[in-house]
This record gives sequence, structure tokens and C-alpha cells, in this order.
Amino acid sequence: MKMRARYNGSENKIKLKEWLFRMVLTAAGVTIVLLLGGIFFSLFVKALPAIKHNGFYFIRGSVWNPQSGRYGIFSFIVGTLLTSFIALIISVPSALAISVLLSEYLPGYRNGRFFISFLKNATDLLAGVPSVIYGFWGLVFVTPVIRYFEELLHLPVYGVSILAASVVLAIMILPYMASISREVIALVPAELKEASYALGATRYETVGGVVLRYSASGIVASIVLALGRAMGETMAVTMLVGNSNRLPANILRFILGPGNTMASVIANEFAEATNSVYLSSLTEIGLFLFIISLILNGIGKWTVRRFAL
Amino acid sequence: MKTCVFERHISNDARITGGLLKGWRLIKDRGFAYLLFSLSFLGILPLLLIVGYVLVKGISCINFDFLFSLPVPVGEMGGGIANAIVGSVVLVFIASLFSIPVGILGGLYLNERRSSKLASWVGLSVEVLQGVPSIVIGIVIWMWVVLQMGHFSALAGGVALGVMMLPTVVKSTEETVRLVPESIREGVLALGIPYYKLVLRVLLPMSKGGILTGVLLGVARVAGETAPLLFTAFGNPYFSLSIVKPIASLPLVIFNYATSPYEEWHRMAWGASLILIVFVLVLNLSARFFVSENSLKKVFLSGEKSEGGE
Repeated sequence: MKMRARYNGSENKIKLKEWLFRMVLTAAGVTIVLLLGGIFFSLFVKALPAIKHNGFYFIRGSVWNPQSGRYGIFSFIVGTLLTSFIALIISVPSALAISVLLSEYLPGYRNGRFFISFLKNATDLLAGVPSVIYGFWGLVFVTPVIRYFEELLHLPVYGVSILAASVVLAIMILPYMASISREVIALVPAELKEASYALGATRYETVGGVVLRYSASGIVASIVLALGRAMGETMAVTMLVGNSNRLPANILRFILGPGNTMASVIANEFAEATNSVYLSSLTEIGLFLFIISLILNGIGKWTVRRFAL
Repeated sequence: MKTCVFERHISNDARITGGLLKGWRLIKDRGFAYLLFSLSFLGILPLLLIVGYVLVKGISCINFDFLFSLPVPVGEMGGGIANAIVGSVVLVFIASLFSIPVGILGGLYLNERRSSKLASWVGLSVEVLQGVPSIVIGIVIWMWVVLQMGHFSALAGGVALGVMMLPTVVKSTEETVRLVPESIREGVLALGIPYYKLVLRVLLPMSKGGILTGVLLGVARVAGETAPLLFTAFGNPYFSLSIVKPIASLPLVIFNYATSPYEEWHRMAWGASLILIVFVLVLNLSARFFVSENSLKKVFLSGEKSEGGE
């Protein structure tokens, strides 16, 4: 009898511990959900006065003047879109080339294994270089080149410009894009490639007609994910974009002159914002950025996942 | 990774295919290969240039004084970044203190309750958190911590970095614990061992290599973050260990020095960049080392880098 009682007692103790443990795990899960919910909620609450104050002027207005209480971010939206898209145009060919080379070409070469591990590790490690350092390098390396071209074209000489930011962004997103599209390309069934080679297709024809066609949706997803990252990138862009709130009519002048992106405005002005509508408007930009990156990441990750299944 | 069985036999020189491949098709095939090689080279070149440039420029600034003394005003010679190095360590420490426990427990939860509704919400939140721009996290932590305390602080910066680090820790825990074979779980439970002991004594020890990798990668990621620190940790020209005061950090110092017009400060920024790059690369490399120690290498490496690509 005594033993039985003791056994029961320890069983209850174990059950209690077990219950506690599960509660702790659940609490951690709930914390993570609450964290994200809290981020969204706080942004929204803080941005609400600005949403009321600005209305639709926020998106279509191009005058950003805290003194007169006008908060239009159209020129920042254009700046963000331009920097990201130019960056994509520059880096998509190289990123695709690296991923095709890694999965379709190098495995057949004599020293392929070495080059594969070199390329993979180099891109992976370089993806970890902090963005301030990219920004600093851009200031020293890229802006003088841009300045040279501006002199050549008889434009006002700034150096820091939308184009400088795009070039550095392109370098930054390349490893990310290359690693996702490489994984997507690796999922192309070997049977398809074999069939193509068996029909006498060249490597070029196989890559163009089978590999890239089969993985097209995944590659587009990798581009979308890279776009999301480029739009949210702050430091390197802030250092290079020039921070000027203007919207020139001439596209060449716009690209080769200083501008601003949504992220760089926040980085530059948030700590100095004095009145509450100003702060709130900056938070509204943050909310806007949050939603855009949510959508882009959602589309990208969903497509990649569907592709992998 | 599925490799084509023919791939090894398809020679890259024209000896085998040359007899059949003629003219335009051959030219296109060759041209495409050269194009791929040169584009890849062009893509990788700037990346190598950046690291090389930082190494060359930075190494000349590193000396005893640089590492162990405080910054001096413009115009004076010497001065160092000791406060920033210590500040970065403090910030990363605060971030780890919060994100490692929550991250590991969250990862375990995701694993053990995979089918529950809350778990799918947790999984989704982690995915979303991973994609939130760092500047937005800066704003939110400013509201949550700086506004409440009334001033910038190391605590705020640490929390901001912790939020950025959390998804990496959760995902690495989830993915490595998932790899523990079902038969081991069943075996342990069949012995009548309670669930919490299974987790603490078997699952966690078995997957500690993978979790450590996730933590190291997370630290490497946040150590270089600047944007969330701009209005949380803020920076501090003096030496500080207090968590309620503003604190310096390496990325912030690089940002401030690099955007200043002074040549001397640029030199300091190169030195600080070198230290930061070495710090981040060492963390990344050691993360890789722990993965290769672990038998779960293959699955994990592809899982981590892809973010959404499993």
C-alpha cells in the first residue's frame, strides 16, 4: 500500500512537471506570435494620426515638408522602386549565371568540385558582410565613378545618387538571389535533362529549354524575394542615395542625382523628428514598408514552397 | 540535389559531340558557356573586391592604441574604438539573453505541436519576422523601450537585435530537432520516460550542434546590423557598460565615421570595418564548422541559407 501511494505521488509530480514544460513551450510560441502582432499593432496605432492627417496625399503627394505639415512620399516611393529595380536589372543575369553554372555546368568539369565549393562558400560568406561596409565601400569606390560620368554628361556633380545606391544594392542582393535560384534549379528532375540530352540537345538548349523553363516560377520567386530585401535595405542605401527630397522631371537627372528611399528617410529623420505628426508620418512609412515586404515575401516564399513540393 | 547521370559523360570539349554538332548550334552552345562564366565572374568580383579592399585598408589602422583606447575629437592623432567593440559585445549579449531561450523553446514548440493551429501561426510569424525590414524593427523598439524609458539605451538596442535574431534561432532549432529519428523518440517514451525528460535529455543534446550553428549565424547577422540601432542604442563616444545608457557599437561607429568628411575618421572606419568583417566571418565559419561536426550537415546547410527554400 505504501509503495503504491508513493508511486502515485511521484506520478502526480511528473504529470505536473510535464504540464509545466508544455506550458513553457506554448508560452514561447505565444510570445513569438504576440511579438509579431505587437509590431504590427504598435506601428498601426502610432501611424494612425498620420493616416488621418495625410489621407491619400501620403501616397500621391511629392512634397515632404515637415515645417508646413505636408507629408507626401511619392518621390520616396519612386526612389525605392528605382533603386531596387535597377539593382535587379544589374544583378539578375549574374545571379542566374552563377546558379546555372553551379548546378548544370561545373559538376561535369574536371576541377568542378573545387570551383563549386569555392563559389558556394564565397557567396554564402559574402552574404554575411554587413551593409554599412557595403555602403562605405560604395562611398569610396562607386561615387567617384558616378561623379566622372556626371561631369561627362554636364550634369550637376554629386556622386551620391540613386544609381550609386542601385549598384551597391545589386552587389548586396546577388548572393541571396543566387542561393535561392540554385536550390530551385537543383530541383529540376534529372529525367527531363537526360531526355533532352538523349535527343541530342546541346547544353545550351537543355539549359534554356528544359532547366530554366521548368524552374521559371521558382526563379521569379527568387527575384521577388530579392526585391523585398532590396526595398527594405536601409544602411547602404542611406549612405549612398544622397538624401534629397526632390522629384526632377528628367529621368536621367533623377537616376544620376541624389534622391531618397522610404527606408533612408526613416533612418535620416526619425531621431530628429520633433512634432508628433512628423513622427507619426515616419511611422506610417515604416508601416507601408512593412506591408510591402510582407506581400513580397509572402508571394516569394509561397511560390518557392509550392515549387519544392 | 539530383544530378543528371549523363552529366559526367558529356564532355565539355568537342571531341565527343564535335562530330555531330556543327555550325550555329555549336557556336551558340559555346557562346552561352562563355557568357555564363564571364557573368559569374563579374558577379563575384565586386564581392571579393570589397573584402580585399577592407582587408588592405583596415590592416594598416590596427594597432594597440586602436583596439584599446577611446575615440578622440577630430584633429587629434590616435584614438581607438575600444568602446564600440565592447558595446557591440554588450548588445549582442543582451540580444542573445532574450532570443536564445525564447527561440529554442519556440523551435521545440513548433516541432512537438506541429499539427496544432497555434503552431501554424507561430511558424507563419517566424517567416514574417524574418522578412521585416530592420529599420521597421528599430521604430517599434523605439516605441516599446526608448519611449518608456525616456532615453536611448543599450537595453533597447539589445532588444532590437534580439528580435532580429529570433527567427534564425527558432528555425535552426526546429529543423535540427525534426531530424532526430522518430524511432528514438518512440524508444525513449516506451521506456516510460516523461516527455520533458525526452526533450531535455535526448532531443536537445542530440541537436545541440545544429542549434549552436543557428545561434552563431544569428549573432553574425545582428552583429553587423546598423539600422535598428540608429534610434535605440544611438551610440556613445565614451566607455559604457550600463544597459540603461546609450552605447556605442561597431556598425554605428563605421556609419558615423564613414559619412563624416574627415580623412582621419575614414581611416578609423576602415579599421573598424576590418574588425567587424573578421568578427562576422569568424562566426560564419565556426557555424559551418559546427554543422560539419554534426551528422545533420546536409539538410541543415541547405535549410539555413534558403530561408524560404526548403
